[in-house]
Amino acid sequence: MATIQKKAVEGVTDEMALVHAAKGGDLEAFSQLVNRYDRNIFRIAQHITHNEEDAQDVVQDAFLKAYQNLEQFQENSKFYTWLVRIAVNESLMKLRKRRTDRTVSLDEDVETEEGSMPREVADWSPNPEQLYGQSELGDILKKTIQGLPPGFRTVFVLRDVEGLSTEETAEMLGLSVPAVKSRLLRARLQLRERLARYFKSKKDGDGHQ
Amino acid sequence: MKCSDFLKELSDYLDGKISEGLKAELDEHLHWCHECDVVLNTTKKTIEIYRDNQIYELPDPLRTRLHDAIMSKCRNSKQHKKDV
Repeated sequence: MATIQKKAVEGVTDEMALVHAAKGGDLEAFSQLVNRYDRNIFRIAQHITHNEEDAQDVVQDAFLKAYQNLEQFQENSKFYTWLVRIAVNESLMKLRKRRTDRTVSLDEDVETEEGSMPREVADWSPNPEQLYGQSELGDILKKTIQGLPPGFRTVFVLRDVEGLSTEETAEMLGLSVPAVKSRLLRARLQLRERLARYFKSKKDGDGHQ
Repeated sequence: MKCSDFLKELSDYLDGKISEGLKAELDEHLHWCHECDVVLNTTKKTIEIYRDNQIYELPDPLRTRLHDAIMSKCRNSKQHKKDV
């Protein structure tokens, strides 16, 4: 999202001043950092946990942890990257708690090689977003991304929705760059495949099957 | 180039992170392969749709409530922080 990237770039200089002040105990400075990133953290947490209550907890816990561990933050790296790493860890912990039947790992579900081969190859309607009302579209997008394994949707959200680089995403998730790239490709293709069911052109859609 | 070879490079192609030489090969493939062209365009659209339609916005009243809770916890943890 352009606004986030713009925000990240133009805010870099005064951001360090805020972090520095917050380290020195300036709560107002920390409050400004919260205002700057709470929406992003909430979004990331919602995408990973799929639970609004959990996402609210993650927002609170992540900022509190950041505040308590500010001393450990190296000022030569980006505060946002550091914060997101904390939030991703908190989100995964929430997810693990809810899914008691099995552990949640960013490495799961990576073996589905054939799942990436496109089956829906009909073109989409010229303006697929206009086929549905805003809330219906929102439901489709939610339902679709929720069907992805956690490791895939986390990478997709960080890279494509929040606009982080492959390297930042890899660092944040403790994955290698090739692993992030492979998950991103699968995530993009799987989302495309699922969205195609809603968005493919009604007139000639079935002809290409 | 086979469609599976094209697919492997799809992400880098979309992100504009491929060499000129490889891009020319991929464009050549796209020229005659309608299916890969559709996959490329609809994958691009998939990314744009998710980027342009934020599905989890933080409503203002909730935002204020969370902000207050965070700041209150930080204030209370100040002493604790010094002790650690």
